[in-house]
Amino acid sequence: MKFEEIKLLLGNKTVGIAGCGGLGSNCAVALARVGVGKLIICDFDIIVESNLNRQFYFYNQIGLKKAPTLKANIHKINPKIDVIAYNIKLDSSSIVALFRDCDVIVEAFDRADMKQMILETVLVEMPNTLIVSGIGMAGWGNSNTIRMSQYGKLFICGDGVSEVSEEEPPLSPRVGIVANMQANTVLEILLKDKK
Amino acid sequence: MKIRLNNTDEAFDEEDLTIAELLLLKKFTFKMLIIKINGNLVKQENYASAAIHEGDDVMVLHLISGG
Repeated sequence: MKFEEIKLLLGNKTVGIAGCGGLGSNCAVALARVGVGKLIICDFDIIVESNLNRQFYFYNQIGLKKAPTLKANIHKINPKIDVIAYNIKLDSSSIVALFRDCDVIVEAFDRADMKQMILETVLVEMPNTLIVSGIGMAGWGNSNTIRMSQYGKLFICGDGVSEVSEEEPPLSPRVGIVANMQANTVLEILLKDKK
Repeated sequence: MKIRLNNTDEAFDEEDLTIAELLLLKKFTFKMLIIKINGNLVKQENYASAAIHEGDDVMVLHLISGG
């Protein structure tokens, strides 16, 4: 398929992104570059200097809110994308309310308890919704342990085992691999049977 | 009993198992999990009662921080 045809197909799709950190910011940028028509991005946090080792923000954006700043950065790359940014700490009810009409949801939280919350919410309250989650990306090297596994409507990207810690921080290369693998999985879902 | 566990075929001597027994057998000691039997979510409070039978498709997902 030619890129013009791909853009046409993706142009009327909506993807919800829960979290605008290392996974969410890079995944959103990848989806914006290829022309996914509408992105709904959510985060409650502000940008701090330590985020810049992996997240799609700039030094002069330290102190700004992540969601609206990511929207601005996406529009510098592709101004044609409809980006809805919410400065919000997502919970069960806001996930259902904000992501109801999404073709796919991307789970891009950092904390395990938040990952559990959104996966349980979507599995129980939005059983027909596809969700792509990122699990296991700390440290460096071991590129070949990062993979995608599908369990029904749940897609897991990552190595599944490496948890972030003081000694194994999240760093741009591996977080970027997982974020882009999530974006690639979203494309696979949105362009299914279109090859 | 033969089941599908995390997209892999697994055989157990037991005729059936609860989720709690499966976690013990597999040494899955992690606290934060998402567990599905045949696509249905099993909440933590039901691990001791939720039964796994021959041919079931079970997912035990370990949730770890990072993103």
